[in-house]
Amino acid sequence: MTAERVLMKGNEALAEAAIRAGCKCYFGYPITPQTEIAAFMAKNMPKRGGTFLQAESEIAAINMVLGAASAGVRAMTSSSSPGISLKSEGISYIAASDLPCVIINVQRGGPGLGGIQPAQADYWQAVKSGGHGDFHILVFAPNSVQEMADMVVKAFEKADQYRIPAMILSDGMLGQMMEPVVFPEISDKMPEKPWATNGHGNKRKHNIINTLFLQPDELEASVSARSKKYETIVENEQDAEFYLTDDADIVVTAYGAVSRICREAVDEARKNGIKAGLLRPKVLWPFPVKDYQKIVPTAKSILCAELSTGQMIDDVKLAVNCSVPVEFYGRTGGNLPSADEIIKKLAEINDSLS
Amino acid sequence: MTDSIIFAGFGGQGLLFAGKLIAYGGMIEGKEVSWIPSYGPEMRGGTANCSVRISDMPVSSPVVSNPDYLIVMNSPSYTKFINSVRPGGKVFIDSSMIDEKCSRTDIDCFYIPATELAHDNGVDGMANIVLCGKLLRETGVIKTESVENALNKIIPESRKALIESNLKAIQIGMDI
Repeated sequence: MTAERVLMKGNEALAEAAIRAGCKCYFGYPITPQTEIAAFMAKNMPKRGGTFLQAESEIAAINMVLGAASAGVRAMTSSSSPGISLKSEGISYIAASDLPCVIINVQRGGPGLGGIQPAQADYWQAVKSGGHGDFHILVFAPNSVQEMADMVVKAFEKADQYRIPAMILSDGMLGQMMEPVVFPEISDKMPEKPWATNGHGNKRKHNIINTLFLQPDELEASVSARSKKYETIVENEQDAEFYLTDDADIVVTAYGAVSRICREAVDEARKNGIKAGLLRPKVLWPFPVKDYQKIVPTAKSILCAELSTGQMIDDVKLAVNCSVPVEFYGRTGGNLPSADEIIKKLAEINDSLS
Repeated sequence: MTDSIIFAGFGGQGLLFAGKLIAYGGMIEGKEVSWIPSYGPEMRGGTANCSVRISDMPVSSPVVSNPDYLIVMNSPSYTKFINSVRPGGKVFIDSSMIDEKCSRTDIDCFYIPATELAHDNGVDGMANIVLCGKLLRETGVIKTESVENALNKIIPESRKALIESNLKAIQIGMDI
């Protein structure tokens, strides 16, 4: 028997999947457009053996995540752009503590308080490390309600595997839209966490979680060990989706909400005789460089589309070593581009190729 | 085959619910569907709206610029969306709320006094569902029984009485 499809908002599907993935502690502070995640958690966590706690601030919430993660519990927080900025200090501490946790950013327009409509202006913050110090977090980029559910499960698993914070970089459109979703069956067997600072009845030596190293050599050893871990992650965790890229002259590249609009634009452009394709990163850190390398021999041009003035485009250019020209189309302020806007840009690029 | 529908009106007229109902019905039929509430500048001007896509294929973009069908329940929304409807499309207008008459000849407009009909038939506040009934009748976008199944899924056990009145409202729309 196949699992039932249910029609749900992206935010709700993500929250449900997080509970199924064994999230036992959720700490948050209200902000639009991530509201439904906190609301769902408030309603469901107490009924299902978990803890929902509305903290006094975003800063408190992320530090509660640090505490719960230290004790070996699967813990999560969610916010939207300005709230993630407040959490940045805590994210740095969690990364420095080598603790697994999941952070959700349902992006809205910025900078400052910005607006409450969809945006992708926090790309740099997410992938270039949202906080001080030498560290990275895993960054997943869903583009459907199904992926909002699937990727949060994966985020918990990978966070535990590598002892690293993992972020779901979503946006207001994915959070608020409804689509059918099927929830994956998840094993309730959680990985062992012998490093956790939990009770043990004096059966072992005490574990210590600490981020302060006043001896330079000790700190360097800690930073270097983490850097080695990042190399493994970069090698193993790149992920992207290819759509009609094999013979594409122009490869559109976009993540999240915009990738959905770009897929429609690619289909329409093909009807008009423009050989377009779509390369969609599903993971933003580590950036799927290997996947971009695959299109270098055939693509004549790349069009990077974002809900920003151009952030991911930097990584795209690096990924193809600037060997293919990279054009840009962006909207900001909470506006989404229409498929027609992308098609028009594709037509312009196509004309310039001939 | 993809059908795109915009549901637009004032907040409180139940447009978001109507869209969800039709999307849910499509999903029950095994189709791919998407539902997205008003976004960006469309939120200005006192309108609440949502866009629904129902397709045999995975839905590329949930954002609808040019709908095949439009259900519209207030004047600002009518003004905003009437020219975006695809040629050959169908528009369902609550004529209790909207005085304008459409001059386009490339679309079919149905003027239904849905708010009055709902009131007169004891299903006050269900003009949205009356218009959905007419949509089903004129487009066959989903089957009537799928709407019935969707109502059973969406409406919580504690409010089951509402299913009957929703079905009555659908029937009123179908019979016009």
